[in-house]
Amino acid sequence: MNTVIYDGSFEGLLTAIFDVYEYRLKDACLTKYKDHQKNIFGNDHFTVTDPIKSARVWQGLQQRISQKAQGQVYKTYLSEIKRIENTILSYVQYVFRCATSVEYDYSDPSVLMVAETANKVAREKHRMEAFVRFQLTKDQLYYATVQPDYNVLPLIIKHFQKRYADQKWMIYDVQRRYGIFYDLSTTEFVEMIFNPETENGKNIGPCIAEEETLYQQLWQQYFSSVNIAARRNMNLHIRHMPKRYWKFLIEKRPVTDK
Amino acid sequence: MCDRIFEKLNILADAAKYDVSCASSGSHRKNESKGLGTTGNGICHAYTEDGRCVSLLKILLTNHCIYDCCYCVSRRSNDIKRAAFTIEEVVDLTIHFYRRNYIEGLFLSSGIFKNADYTMERLVRIAKKLRTEHHFNGYIHLKTIPGASDELLQEAGLYADRLSVNIEMPTENSLRLLAPDKKREDMIGPMKYLKGAILQNREEKKVYKKTPLFVPAGQSTQMVIGATPETDLQILWMADQFYKKMDLRRVYYSGYIPISNDNRLPAIGTPVPMIRENRLYQADWLLRFYGFQVNEIVSLQDPHLDMDIDPKLSWALRHLDLFPLDINKADLHLVMRVPGIGIQSAKKICDARMFKKLNWEHLKKIGIAFNRAKYFIACNGTAFQKRDLTEKQIRHQILFVGNSKYRPNFSSQLKIF
Repeated sequence: MNTVIYDGSFEGLLTAIFDVYEYRLKDACLTKYKDHQKNIFGNDHFTVTDPIKSARVWQGLQQRISQKAQGQVYKTYLSEIKRIENTILSYVQYVFRCATSVEYDYSDPSVLMVAETANKVAREKHRMEAFVRFQLTKDQLYYATVQPDYNVLPLIIKHFQKRYADQKWMIYDVQRRYGIFYDLSTTEFVEMIFNPETENGKNIGPCIAEEETLYQQLWQQYFSSVNIAARRNMNLHIRHMPKRYWKFLIEKRPVTDK
Repeated sequence: MCDRIFEKLNILADAAKYDVSCASSGSHRKNESKGLGTTGNGICHAYTEDGRCVSLLKILLTNHCIYDCCYCVSRRSNDIKRAAFTIEEVVDLTIHFYRRNYIEGLFLSSGIFKNADYTMERLVRIAKKLRTEHHFNGYIHLKTIPGASDELLQEAGLYADRLSVNIEMPTENSLRLLAPDKKREDMIGPMKYLKGAILQNREEKKVYKKTPLFVPAGQSTQMVIGATPETDLQILWMADQFYKKMDLRRVYYSGYIPISNDNRLPAIGTPVPMIRENRLYQADWLLRFYGFQVNEIVSLQDPHLDMDIDPKLSWALRHLDLFPLDINKADLHLVMRVPGIGIQSAKKICDARMFKKLNWEHLKKIGIAFNRAKYFIACNGTAFQKRDLTEKQIRHQILFVGNSKYRPNFSSQLKIF
């Protein structure tokens, strides 16, 4: 068995796939550097991320599958599910083996897996577009923290940049420790060093603008007023708003005093 | 001022919540000049504890009303607290909620004060202010006030993404009984006008690309069910007419929530007909997306939907002669008709079978509801279910064998139908 170790980036993954072809590695198993454990029986191959090699793999895919399917591959990578890179490898190998596009061949396990994983990631992306709750800070920044199941921040930039084109905003992933920041012209990935009191950006209490509390309370008021008690259906409520997101949702926090 | 705004929000959100429409999709307003907001496929930002989505700030401008419709909380004779927002308050709430990503936009309705035009004019003014002064491109849904003039409707259409006038009751008779002040023509009139104006706008768009948007998300309506004795046939037939003749995007069904001791209505404490509502929506989906006709779902002999099972399964059981369907050969529109296979999986099946003949394992993996579908499908010439089961047997097996999702439905709630 050949273990192919890459740096964890998408480019790295594509380079690793390139290496599998270049060095004709049989029974290749891709793994991230941070997950790698020395294997006494197999060979280790360390991939050096190379933009030219990765671009060639990406262009190869472009010639054989649709843009949508390419997006699915990228989303599958963002899922960060353990050993998902091997599904991507066998998907790519299957695509390269065939003359015409196989992206709809759902009877193939890797094609189905990629389609399903991409769906899961897309659903999480959509949830983030829904569940982000900005809080206005004293320096007029709309700030939100999230903790998505999958690494979806790169996917939501476009949506938020279009929608909130006239306000500065930042969405920070408290688990993956990076954020996206829009400065009224472009959106960039940022890493932050937080003041210790903020618990790594989770709690920005002292920095919030004066009017912020009012609108949070109004929102809580609204949320409780639109509920129809005669139709209470907590199962449905939780299915749509899973509990793991509650800590980021203003309306699910205990009501603060007016 | 603070306490008063909380009270207003409480009263006017509470009064607006019986309007079930919450869609924020179907529009294509873009944010081109760095303003605020976009519309797209619609996002549900939150869900209340009754499981309904919150995507718009849904409020009444006021709950003062000159009408006395007995199914409505804001009726004139009801002794409740009244309140009214100012135009600035509505605009301010919308903008600040929107900036915090709480909502997709505004759904503004109102009790009718003075007269229809006076009320409609206020609603239009709010939409205008949001669009022109605040460069707001989020979703705006305005209620069309029955009897409002064409000029106001025309103006409303320029600012709103969706306009809706509630038909309230499935038939004219019920309306006359429960809302004696309202006239059916007053509701149909604006709907007709807007239908024409939307069509005209579409034609103009073909000639001049820069023609301004006009109600890009179309019209919708709502009717209360369970308050009056209409059959599902009447309701679905009416909905179908709206889809076909008025080009409505959506018809909403609102299970009547008892709020009044009026003896024309179900008494307080009667359960909300939630299952019936659910079955009506399922039937509505069959009409709009699955190519079903009303007479395939309900008929004069069977004017009511089956409450135990969904309308598609019920249709399939009535047409067992059409099954089993060969999944590797049948057309897409037939695959979609198999119970347990939705549009998505039907498309997946039709895409995947181009590569190789699908077998049972493939189907299960693709993600169809196999336990329901298995009675109706065949793969490569063999049906999954070898025995010839009767309608009753299949129904029994689906309902009682294994963990049926229908089981929780067998509560006392059903008895009221």
